[in-house]
Amino acid sequence: MHMSTLLVALCAAVIIWAFLVRHLTAKPWLSVSEPNNTGPVQIPALKLGLWAFFACITSLFALFITAYLMRMDPNHASDWYTISKPGILWLNTGLLVLSSLAMQWARHAERSENIQSVKTALAAGGLLTLAFLGGQLIAWQQLKNSSYFDIANPAVGFFYLLTAVHGLHLIGGMFVWSKTSFRTWRRTTVEKGRLSIELCTVYWHYLLLVWIILFGLLLST
Amino acid sequence: MAYVAIADRDHEHHLHDPQTFITKYIWCQDHKVIALQYGITAISVGVLAMILSAMMRLQLAFPEVFSFITPNNYYQFVTMHGMIMVIYLLTALFLGGFGNFLIPLMCGARDMVFPYVNMLSFWVYLVSVIILMASFFVPGGPTGAGWTLYPPQSILPGTPGTDWGILLMLISLAVFIVAFTMGGLNYVTTVLQARCRGMTLMRMPLSVWGIFVATILGLLAFPALLVSAVMMILDKTIGTSFFIPAVLSMGEPLDHLGGSPILFQHLFWFFGHPEVYIVALPAFGIISDLISTHARKNIFGYRMMVWAIVAIGALSFVVWAHHMYVSGMNPYFGFFFATTTLIIAIPTAIKVYNWVLTLWQGNIRFTVPMMFAIGFIFTFTHGGLTGLFLGNVTVDLPLSDTYFVVGHFHMVMGVSPVLAVFGAIYHWFPKISGRMFNETLGKWHFWLTFLGTYSIYLPMHYLGILGVPRRYYATGITDFIPESAQSLNVGITMAALLVAVVQIIFFVNIIWSLFNGKKAESNPWGATTLEWQTPDTPPKHGNWGPELPVVYRWAYDYSVPGQPQDFIPQTEPHHGHDSVDK
Repeated sequence: MHMSTLLVALCAAVIIWAFLVRHLTAKPWLSVSEPNNTGPVQIPALKLGLWAFFACITSLFALFITAYLMRMDPNHASDWYTISKPGILWLNTGLLVLSSLAMQWARHAERSENIQSVKTALAAGGLLTLAFLGGQLIAWQQLKNSSYFDIANPAVGFFYLLTAVHGLHLIGGMFVWSKTSFRTWRRTTVEKGRLSIELCTVYWHYLLLVWIILFGLLLST
Repeated sequence: MAYVAIADRDHEHHLHDPQTFITKYIWCQDHKVIALQYGITAISVGVLAMILSAMMRLQLAFPEVFSFITPNNYYQFVTMHGMIMVIYLLTALFLGGFGNFLIPLMCGARDMVFPYVNMLSFWVYLVSVIILMASFFVPGGPTGAGWTLYPPQSILPGTPGTDWGILLMLISLAVFIVAFTMGGLNYVTTVLQARCRGMTLMRMPLSVWGIFVATILGLLAFPALLVSAVMMILDKTIGTSFFIPAVLSMGEPLDHLGGSPILFQHLFWFFGHPEVYIVALPAFGIISDLISTHARKNIFGYRMMVWAIVAIGALSFVVWAHHMYVSGMNPYFGFFFATTTLIIAIPTAIKVYNWVLTLWQGNIRFTVPMMFAIGFIFTFTHGGLTGLFLGNVTVDLPLSDTYFVVGHFHMVMGVSPVLAVFGAIYHWFPKISGRMFNETLGKWHFWLTFLGTYSIYLPMHYLGILGVPRRYYATGITDFIPESAQSLNVGITMAALLVAVVQIIFFVNIIWSLFNGKKAESNPWGATTLEWQTPDTPPKHGNWGPELPVVYRWAYDYSVPGQPQDFIPQTEPHHGHDSVDK
């Protein structure tokens, strides 16, 4: 039971508690005409939904990381050995950083109402992400062809597993990206796309953060 | 652009508007239709799992008689019964079924905030059920690894279903988790965002609180199952060594090295314990509402009930290893988890006291829903008390993997939540269908089910104390199990078969009443909550007509002194001093 698991559980508990503790002082059986602490959370529903999803996938990645740390504990396991990671991973990381920057540019452009820039930035973000995913596949291939490839070695297993899970989430994001891009390309004004571009960008930054943590973990073995 | 609450927006932004048969009843985004779809699917697989349990009981009572129940088949029945009941019936029914139906109606919303994703969640759930059912038809049959699916046995030869069954099970679970995540995001966001004007969190009925907190638990805990399922799929298919240590299988050493079966157990139970609270918390919430409505009394200690639901939810993440006391882990961990397990009993007990205190001097009407609710209190208390035995490490050591555990978890997961489901279905049947069910049949159903399930599970605890092990196809001749234990097994089986057959009364009642039941008024129980104040019964698409409701009071203004009626709906504005406080 690793610190990260306990931390996630604790964070969840604290968030729920902090959110609700102000409400527990309410006395709903009294006649109060306009109760305070009333209404809905003041952000768009899609944004709240995305943050709820972030809580869910944070739990997922934290658990994968916990499993990794437990399985790859150097104190116990004399049964695995370090592998050399394919060098292309560094390039891929750079591509992902650039794609996040491109999405941020898209967000900035739609705030300054520059529809042409939005379209370009979105396209760049998508293409860079596809390049990242392609690079990951090349990394998989490189590891498979290398002398380190032994599937029983958990370092190899986790390499494929963690990159696959991250990649799948990125592919899911690409579905939303393609819907957003399609809508943007058909528009001449920015108004309606604002929220979806913002949410896409946040999601991209989140997955970049996840990748940096996973990459760091993989590099450590 | 300033934020405008969903409840305050005009609806030129249309709710999806179904016109054709297909969009009204099949590919439908209306939460009520989706709720029924979830309910029917869940109950159907539940009936299948009940038939599997009947076969298990036949084998246990008459070990030599049924030649078609081989040891492999027995373990397959055990596994499929368990997995279907816990996940595909209870979780899907409480969250997908009741959650979908009740949350928008009790919160005063027209629908869930993401109706398309909501619809998808049902169809993906259905796909997961189909994948699971397919495992009955593949070579080797379904997995027989026990619902806990512990490696290495679950993926090594010797256990039934290691060819295809286990893979289909794991894939089905992964698909279910995707479906659940889609649904869960809906429930959480709708409760937080789409409540109508005046509906504060602390005015929500406890049914919504139970489902809401259970959904949060699910969003955080199901990933653990996904992690363990994916890793086990990889161990099985491509030969990784996440869970499989260096091991001999059928006399031959396998290629695996260094994997940790305990890692699986940690991951599984990190999911598995919150899972049982995902089932229990909606039941708690629903029972609170049933009791207060049918006893015409506000729930005792509403704030404590909310606190207890939240505290149980939070604590449920730190008790998981009480399922692992016999796994060989560090004894200090056992001490820690036993402590947290005893702590979680405190808010649970508070809830039981509050239910009883709600009934105390209440104007109790012995309607069918009330009977099921009282039955819940009995059976859940019973199961919770046996859980205290099992929560202590030294007492758990001899009781682990015996029928004592089976009796315990059936009481808290099998009997109590199912009584809550029945109570809820009877309670909301008039709202869903616009008709009343047959009261006499309902009472027969209750008494036979309640007494019948007690007859099944009470003796089972005794078998467990004797030491009769669980998951045994046949115990054979032993020194410590007397002949009379086998007679007890026969008695339990008779009761089980009787209870299974009695459920036909329920189905006959519901189906007959759907077509021939007396037409129900819109609020036959005199309940305060919003779903009973809809302009139409059953509620039409959009639920509320042109105007959303406005809420002025909490959900429990029953028997307020000095009022003409013994309940005040939540939508009733205040006129002078009419609160309970005065």
